[in-house]
Amino acid sequence: MHIAEGYLPPLHAVAWGAASAPFVVHGVRALSREVKAHPESTLLLGASGAFTFVLSALKIPSVTGSCSHPTGTGLGAILFRPPVMAVLGTITLLFQALLLAHGGLTTLGANVFSMAVVGPWAGYAVFRLLRSWDAPLMVSVFFAAFVADLSTYCVTSVQLALAFPDPGTGVAGSLAKFTGIFAVTQLPLAVSEGLLTVLVMRLLVKSSKGDLTRLGVLVSGGRAARKEAAAR
Amino acid sequence: MNRNTKINALLVLAVLALAVLPLALGLGDHKEEPFTGADGQAEAVITELEPDYEPWFSPLYEPPSGEIESGLFSLQAALGAGVLAYYFGVHRGRRQGEARARAAARPSGDTAGTEESG
Repeated sequence: MHIAEGYLPPLHAVAWGAASAPFVVHGVRALSREVKAHPESTLLLGASGAFTFVLSALKIPSVTGSCSHPTGTGLGAILFRPPVMAVLGTITLLFQALLLAHGGLTTLGANVFSMAVVGPWAGYAVFRLLRSWDAPLMVSVFFAAFVADLSTYCVTSVQLALAFPDPGTGVAGSLAKFTGIFAVTQLPLAVSEGLLTVLVMRLLVKSSKGDLTRLGVLVSGGRAARKEAAAR
Repeated sequence: MNRNTKINALLVLAVLALAVLPLALGLGDHKEEPFTGADGQAEAVITELEPDYEPWFSPLYEPPSGEIESGLFSLQAALGAGVLAYYFGVHRGRRQGEARARAAARPSGDTAGTEESG
């Protein structure tokens, strides 16, 4: 659930836009480099974008008695690194802002920052960290997607808290309120997103091992992998 | 059903259970309007925190009804699902093609092998 159109004061809207823009520009470059260097990646890139499309269209009921939707950005961040996801996430957000009146153009910068920048980077960081500790691939994938999803909505809560501090308790007070709405609702959805991302990764391991190997997804990077490399 | 398919089916079941349980347990019953969007609730909190706040921009296009909005959301999901299915279909076809090519190339090699061993 993104911040609705017009619901961020102009100054905040511009500031988040300025914060997101470099990531998106860098992402466009990374994306065109990837496509040029590996044209065979195009199909998998499309599939990563498609996964985000599906997941962010599914509004799922949650324990708080309200609905929200997952983001689907963890998968692409693991496969193609976060900069590429900044572009794919922005496309999804634009589609929803223009056609569905979900999110908005004035809040696009803030929503891009949470869903297409922080989410993918946080998920990718968790993935790499777990893999460097030799955690199994699917465990790492689950937590990467879980964190990408949840961190997105924590950022949304912070963005709203900064824009609308509680008159009595300030930013902290309103942060508690917005976190209660977004982050708590998101917890079970983040679990669902983790499970679905594991499902797609299992299918990918079966169908496109070559691509995954080339993208370095299957390398653990931990002690076991270094030992293996040394033995070779 | 092999082990692989079983695990995949379990993953799907777990996701379904997570979505259905809040409904089945009536976790939205304490609300006037259960299971509305979290974004709408955030708007309500904003109005509560800053009663004078007026959204200063409205969407360029707004689906005229809930039906059309949900239709467009399904379109988004359908587009994504279509591309994903295409991806896995292409790769499955490729694997089958390769397997068939190997099978077609094998008979001569196999007979040579059996002749040697026999």
